[in-house]
Amino acid sequence: MIRAHVLICGGTGCTSSGSASIQKAFAENIEAFGLSDEVKLVQTGCFGLCELGPVVIVYPDGTFYSRVTVDDVKEIVEEHLLKGRKVDRLVYDETGDNAPEIEGNVALSDTVFYKSQNRVVLRNCGVINPESIDEYIAMDGYAALGKVLTEMTPEQVIQVVKDSGLRGRGGGGFPTGLKWSLAAPNKADQKYVVCNADEGDPGAFMDRSVLEGDPHCLVEAMIIAGYAIGATKGYVYVRAEYPIAVERLQKAIDDAREYGLLGKDIFGSGFDFDLFIRLGAGAFVCGEETALMTSIEGNRGEPRPRPPYPAVKGLFGKPTVENNVETFANIPQIILKGADWFASMGTEKSKGTKVFALGGKIAHTGLVEIAMGTTLRHIIDEIGGGIPNGKKFKAAQTGGPSGGCIPAHLIDTPVDYDNLTAIGCMMGSGGLIVMDEDNCMVDMAKFFLEFTVDESCGKCTPCRVGTKRLLEMLDKITSGKGTLEDIDRLEELCYYIKANSLCGLGQTAPNPVLSTLNFFRDEYIAHVVDKKCPAGVCKDLLKFVIDKDKCIGCGLCAKNCPANAITKTDYIAPGHKLASYTIDTDKCVKCGVCIDNCKFKAISKI
Amino acid sequence: MKSLAELQAIKERMKDKVILREGVNATRVVVGMATCGIAAGARPVLNTFVEEVNALGLMETVTVSQTGCIGLCQYEPIVEIYESGKEKVTYVKVDAEKAKRIANEHLKGGKVVNEYTIGANQ
Repeated sequence: MIRAHVLICGGTGCTSSGSASIQKAFAENIEAFGLSDEVKLVQTGCFGLCELGPVVIVYPDGTFYSRVTVDDVKEIVEEHLLKGRKVDRLVYDETGDNAPEIEGNVALSDTVFYKSQNRVVLRNCGVINPESIDEYIAMDGYAALGKVLTEMTPEQVIQVVKDSGLRGRGGGGFPTGLKWSLAAPNKADQKYVVCNADEGDPGAFMDRSVLEGDPHCLVEAMIIAGYAIGATKGYVYVRAEYPIAVERLQKAIDDAREYGLLGKDIFGSGFDFDLFIRLGAGAFVCGEETALMTSIEGNRGEPRPRPPYPAVKGLFGKPTVENNVETFANIPQIILKGADWFASMGTEKSKGTKVFALGGKIAHTGLVEIAMGTTLRHIIDEIGGGIPNGKKFKAAQTGGPSGGCIPAHLIDTPVDYDNLTAIGCMMGSGGLIVMDEDNCMVDMAKFFLEFTVDESCGKCTPCRVGTKRLLEMLDKITSGKGTLEDIDRLEELCYYIKANSLCGLGQTAPNPVLSTLNFFRDEYIAHVVDKKCPAGVCKDLLKFVIDKDKCIGCGLCAKNCPANAITKTDYIAPGHKLASYTIDTDKCVKCGVCIDNCKFKAISKI
Repeated sequence: MKSLAELQAIKERMKDKVILREGVNATRVVVGMATCGIAAGARPVLNTFVEEVNALGLMETVTVSQTGCIGLCQYEPIVEIYESGKEKVTYVKVDAEKAKRIANEHLKGGKVVNEYTIGANQ
């Protein structure tokens, strides 16, 4: 009889830090200690605390082990599973690495990281085995589909989704129920449901984690959407760079087909639906809905003008509903628990929850789900564990290359669609990159521009040429050759690109520049007028100098300088025995190795 | 799948298998499983409790787990039962037979098996 479950995270983060070999070690040790009949090993999706991976949870106690290595496994099996003594040194201690060890057991749900979250979309991630359709069913899986097909009309389904207030989680925030109701009445011999799983923002991994941790949830939701709009075929467009997600989703589709949950006459209702995966090659523009459908059709992924909207003329010219993974993942719960339940979470115009992928300068890099309206301060300081190394929060970028930044003085903004739009930002798909005082905002804008220049498909001129010109101007500014007129021209071009680009990629590409210009114009001015980078990032504006009175003449800097730019001088500072060193700024490559090696803090960037 | 009943059947069958992950229940059965406990035969006791809790259908209210050495090695195997709002009950020198009776009378029936408690054995 099974008395304990060992859950091992098989998300991408933990997999890359070796969770597969840890699982193997558990299997071997459980066998060796004769516990095979008592302990069950389960591979799950992402728990969210990727920073602390690989993560292992032991139930029924709910003990949360973090940063487990293969060498730790024997101890966990022998001490915890055999003798019932938790391995305290591996138990997650809430506040990161430096907190004192906590006695006994920290239940997962009691930690600050999980306590302030509201897991609707991620409810099964890290709880069930994503490759087991039976475990999904045990957690009320496919019950919403059963309810829809046996008790509800398509109109009722759409009404529930409308009443819930669910809006598109891919970034745009278009009301989902309205989208469905626009496609439903259009008559055609074939209609389609498409899932946009082409998550492309740098630093975003929300959809990936849902696909890896709870793929059946997406399958179920897409069948429901098909029933609601009268579509019998669905496509999931997912990038080939997500191999684990693709594999688990394919298994989910195969298993659902075997159970008759996909195919003909589902639940004896007479409704047919089938689902297929299409792999994307990783072009950012294919996350734009018309480009995505063009790509599914087998053509080069380029957007086309709208209207006609996909609800009228979408995939293969047929009426189509396209939603993002996270949007779909909300649907089964809305059906089961009702529109009122969903609408009770969130703010007036943004209902429910939102998943964010926390990255950048934050203690708990990972995946969190919070109710709409939670303040950024709460997400960063409480759930995210704050900024590491005692640095000061400067700004957070939401929406990746299409979004904008939220500066420190707006950290108490409740996060929802309208509040973020009001401050020139956007919700985006959920990437949240935290920046501290060491980040240069001009450099950050340049980073995202480099990305959009690479990813622009080239079909329309404002985007293809405009973003390139923007990047050149930013290059000029960060290399100290910019003028105040450049800043004005930069801003003008931003508005031009926004107004004239064909699709969302171009229309939003200038956002990182505009938003940093809005909140951090002083940094741009410092770059062009003072020829200084306040954060000390832009290399062309930096000078490394040695304080000759602090230098004791040890020579470590000169020894480690890769450019041989550091030489001895004749000057011996008062109180010191050896001559100090100096940096030849012409030879200096500004790598920073000398600063890292100087134990006397004699070298600085100016 | 042609009917909701089929879905329900799978759910019922699987429920026992995932219920462990819902966390700690109101009633906790804790078996002392340090070296002394294991040497005295705590393993069959633990397994009996797990089996009985399942057999009696108490999975949703009772959690069976282990603990380390309680410090009363001469009384091992020791089993402690925590129920919310009630005083902890400590059973000593438990074996598989006694475990079965404790599960039936105490966990299911709500009546403490006095003769096995530490009070009766001192």
